Amino acid sequence: MSTNTSIIEKQEKEEQKTNNMIMSGADMVIQALLDNGIDTIFGYPGGAVLPIYDAIFQSGKIKHILVRHEQAALHAAEGYARSTGKVGAALVTSGPGATNAVTGLTDALLDSVPIICISGQVPTFLIGNDAFQEADTTGITRPCTKHNYLVKKIDKLAETIHEAFHVAKTGRPGPVIIDLPKDIQFAEGTYKRPDEIKYDKYQPQIKPQESQIEKAINLIISAKKPVFYTGGGVINSGKEACDLMTEFVRETGFPITSTLMGLGSYPANDKQWLGMLGMHGTYEANMTMHDCDVMICIGARFDDRVTGRTDAFAPFSKKIHIDIDPSSINKNIHVDVPIVSDAELAIKALMEAWKKHGGNKNKTELENWWKLIESWRNVKCLSYKNSEEEIKPQYALERLREAIKGRDDVFVTTEVGQHQMWAAQFLPFNKPNHWMTSGGLGTMGYGLPSAIGVQTAHPDALVIDISGEASFQMNMQELGTAIQYKLPVKIFILNNQWMGMVRQWQELLHGERYSETYSNALPDFVKLANAYGGKGIVIEKPSQLDEKIKEMIESDVMTIVDVRVSKNENCFPMIPSGKAHNDMLLSPSAEEIKNAIGAAGKKLV
Amino acid sequence: MNTEATQSVYGEQIYKESKDSHTLSILVDNEPGVLAKVIGLFSGRGYNIESLTVAETDHDKNLSRITIVCTGTPMVVEQIKNQLGRIIPVHKVSDLTIKGPHVERELALVKVAGRNEDRIEAIRTAEIFRAGVVDSTTDSFTFEITGRSDKIDAFIKLMLPLGLVEISRTGVAALSRGKEKS
Repeated sequence: MSTNTSIIEKQEKEEQKTNNMIMSGADMVIQALLDNGIDTIFGYPGGAVLPIYDAIFQSGKIKHILVRHEQAALHAAEGYARSTGKVGAALVTSGPGATNAVTGLTDALLDSVPIICISGQVPTFLIGNDAFQEADTTGITRPCTKHNYLVKKIDKLAETIHEAFHVAKTGRPGPVIIDLPKDIQFAEGTYKRPDEIKYDKYQPQIKPQESQIEKAINLIISAKKPVFYTGGGVINSGKEACDLMTEFVRETGFPITSTLMGLGSYPANDKQWLGMLGMHGTYEANMTMHDCDVMICIGARFDDRVTGRTDAFAPFSKKIHIDIDPSSINKNIHVDVPIVSDAELAIKALMEAWKKHGGNKNKTELENWWKLIESWRNVKCLSYKNSEEEIKPQYALERLREAIKGRDDVFVTTEVGQHQMWAAQFLPFNKPNHWMTSGGLGTMGYGLPSAIGVQTAHPDALVIDISGEASFQMNMQELGTAIQYKLPVKIFILNNQWMGMVRQWQELLHGERYSETYSNALPDFVKLANAYGGKGIVIEKPSQLDEKIKEMIESDVMTIVDVRVSKNENCFPMIPSGKAHNDMLLSPSAEEIKNAIGAAGKKLV
Repeated sequence: MNTEATQSVYGEQIYKESKDSHTLSILVDNEPGVLAKVIGLFSGRGYNIESLTVAETDHDKNLSRITIVCTGTPMVVEQIKNQLGRIIPVHKVSDLTIKGPHVERELALVKVAGRNEDRIEAIRTAEIFRAGVVDSTTDSFTFEITGRSDKIDAFIKLMLPLGLVEISRTGVAALSRGKEKS
């Protein structure tokens, strides 16, 4: 008798459950986002996503941040994702909504940021008809997403969204777009939970091969001039990976340098840290790379900004390359020991092997290697000529560095250009996930929306967008978003009235013919901030820096700081295009650079 | 094998590297957009594609096989395979050229128009090549020929002076020899 009742009860429960599981496509989107841990979404409404916006309104369970342009929704989701280690989410409408999102998607693809973007689409029966606000979204986004879906059946919707999350965060992370026709948003179907779906389709290799670890450790323990070269892959692997790597690097006593994307994975205040490498990296980092005999690359991809001339890249070295993406291996540079693996698992395996073999015994050689590195350090490649009259951008950043010293709740985003490189050179990055910049794609206008995403995730933190006056204007409409959601982001504009990096190349390579790079008709940034209801600060003299920076940090609203910096300052050190790591230019002498870059180098970007 | 100068990705040096032809067999989910992803990869990254065939091969599991013949330096071919492997609906990429013995076949339809001696010569040549006649009129033949691509090339060359009108080729289909899967 009692068993019977319990069976009936069970059946009733099951029935109730199924009943609850029948819902509209729009409700499924909300449910699937919630089930995948999304509580915040950045987006912009439009005709083709109205049912989803209605579901957001009615459920009240998802925080929606209304941006002013879809590109910003994607960058904000990137900032959110990179500062939290979670998946970022964006919602855009069909046609122009989706095409505006393309830059953000491409940015996330190149910098391996896990993003889910849901785009509306015209109803299935209108697809291909050149309907109003129709664009071939899956066609357009094919090369700029990790994967994309067009959902044409309601039965497939829930499992598609769950699979999209799995794809976005598994292996090398990346953006995934789900194109959702309006009739599917209205259609009713049965919702499936994430645990009801099998993900056998996409299971990339994440564990290192034992034999490759053995080969790698043999190189590491016999190295005489080793160097760690690490990238964003370590940060993507997680905080554990960064901690393990820091432990391993300290254990070995080897020098370490990172790419632009890798900054923060190893504490910059450590003595083994050489600074960033590459085109505007430090002299010591690049010289160490050039002369090393064993290079241990973890989660970096031998990008052209890092290698310089490929046939003269670290010519005396054996190279170990740990990457989760097999296509990153042997793409630009041939490596001796490839290891396809997640960074954390590979470092763990290397650490165990290191202990088993008793470490590196070449004590004298390593000491000599460090002596050599010290001599390169003593060149003091980041020194610049300071001035009392005008603000040098480097000095402004040095004062900012002083002002945020010791705080671990500071997040920095940047736009793209000279200010970005100076920020990478002069600001301290001691923790992962605190530095957000557009590395691969180099998207001007990334910094402000990204800062908005970061501040949304960390309401009490100090979020600073290091900016240039040109880049800032590319997405400055987002000031409204910052005000609407009371996000006290700080926009620190190094205003030199030029598109500085382009101007620098014109000066060095195009006979100082400054074609269209002067920032004409600039707005009054203080008034601009005020117009939106934020705070505006202008800094005109070096002596004002400390006081005004303090004022910025203490401000509890969106704040623009217009730092009027020196107009002609160029970013050094620099590896001229087409040159090797040991061909660095330290001095700002234009004459020397003109001679340094050959005709072939001029053609490169 | 031919040798061609390629520009280094980021440098002034000109490398001399040999380019080889490889036959790749790719198993993919039979869903919209997969072929576009594969082709887009080749055009987007500047890889060469010589021949491509695709059709559903397993209806129950919803799988298609794409066979691609491509050329490149060993480093580029390695990249092509790895990049193909990154596409989510791609299940397996096999390089039949590296893997060992395999069979490659192509089918072509060859239309020849002519009278008298040419017509007799065409049908004689077709017999030698074991090409069948699939359409015939008083002044034309359409031959069906199957074989390796070079055999088809040779047949076409011989048909040229005999009144070749047009050709349709399927591209290469290939499988590895022996009992193992490709």
